[in-house]
Amino acid sequence: MSEHEQFAEDLALYALKALDGPERQALEKHLEVCASCRRELELLRGDLGLLALSTAGPRPPARARQRLLSAIATETRPPVAALPSEPGQRSSWAAFAWPALRWASALALVLLCFGLLRQNSALQQNVASLRAQFAAQANQLEQANQVVATLRDPDAMKIELVAADNERQPRGKAIYQLRNRSLIFFASNLPPLPPEKIYELWLFPADGGKPIAAGLFKPDTRGSATVVNPPLPQGVAAKNFAVTLEPESGSHESPRGTPVIVGVGE
Amino acid sequence: MNIGVPSDDTNAMTSDLVLATAIRSGDRSAMAALYDRYSSIVYAVALRVLQDTGAAEDVLQDIFMQLWRNPGAFDASRGNMAAWLAVIARHRAIDALRRHRPESDLENVVVSVETDLAGDADRSRTMDKVRGALQAMPLPQRSALEMAYFEGLTHSEIAEKTGEPLGTIKTRIRTGLLCLRKALAA
Repeated sequence: MSEHEQFAEDLALYALKALDGPERQALEKHLEVCASCRRELELLRGDLGLLALSTAGPRPPARARQRLLSAIATETRPPVAALPSEPGQRSSWAAFAWPALRWASALALVLLCFGLLRQNSALQQNVASLRAQFAAQANQLEQANQVVATLRDPDAMKIELVAADNERQPRGKAIYQLRNRSLIFFASNLPPLPPEKIYELWLFPADGGKPIAAGLFKPDTRGSATVVNPPLPQGVAAKNFAVTLEPESGSHESPRGTPVIVGVGE
Repeated sequence: MNIGVPSDDTNAMTSDLVLATAIRSGDRSAMAALYDRYSSIVYAVALRVLQDTGAAEDVLQDIFMQLWRNPGAFDASRGNMAAWLAVIARHRAIDALRRHRPESDLENVVVSVETDLAGDADRSRTMDKVRGALQAMPLPQRSALEMAYFEGLTHSEIAEKTGEPLGTIKTRIRTGLLCLRKALAA
């Protein structure tokens, strides 16, 4: 006799809840591992349901209906959104655990939603803050570009105001920021360049080191020139600046030509 | 959410699904519709087992209240509402008869019935077939089946009552149920 045949008759009694003792325990153990017998159990229960339909009797009294409707009217319950995933053979543990798990899941979802809302709000604030910073920096950059463009524009009007009795002498102005290695230099009234010559700006270190080349430049027809942020080594404090007239070709690592203008300090 | 109960039998199974869904969302009118459709079956089974109208009414109330509180217990896609309720009613009534704490959790019962029982006409046809199959059974087989089903007797109690061997009682009950299945499939 196969194992299924052995349990076949017990299955009918089990469906009727008429099996007890060791036989019931043995069958329940078998049902845990036998899908075929679980299916047969469902069919037997279906048979029992059909057997119930052979029952004829009076209809329930009207008060029973009213009693039920009154009871559900006074008893509120939250809507159940989802079908149970496995309505079949559940242990008594599962019968208790599933509702608890559903509530725990719902609570976890609520907490998750709350957390996501807070995170979303914080991110939106960060985005707004970054946008404001970006707008401010863009504005500053625009202003800086306008300053540089004005300084470097050969068509811009450059008028130097000096004492009325002063002669028009070559002049220069260097603005140097050590922290950012930023140097802006503009000159005026420079004499026209002789052939194969060029002006060169020099930075004289505060520590007495050799001068550092700070840019070659040619003035426009009115003798004006601008040098903006030439490449410079980091951390070199400046004692002074000077412009020399140098050969256009050849090395420009150290001043060889004639000084044209030299800084006099602030 | 308001829903109606289709009168057309062909829509009744679909309507069971609709009712179950509406009950899940807390629709009281759907609960009332479900009660109107199946309360007679539940009450008849409980009354047959308990032989007491008050006790049968309590079982009726208890089952529908539990369904209201836990509508997810019935999965309409895997069971037949009429047969499922009938089995639940029988189990609860037997529990009451044995004066046991209810053992029959709604979620622990899966019922598989191929026959459509949601419509009145379907149920009526099925009842006729079941009664015919019971009448056609040998009396000892039918008696064993009814004692187990409606009186809640265990097979050993039946064996003791009838003086038959335990194995014989087991076989009679099982073959009786299979006869019913065969008669309905025909």
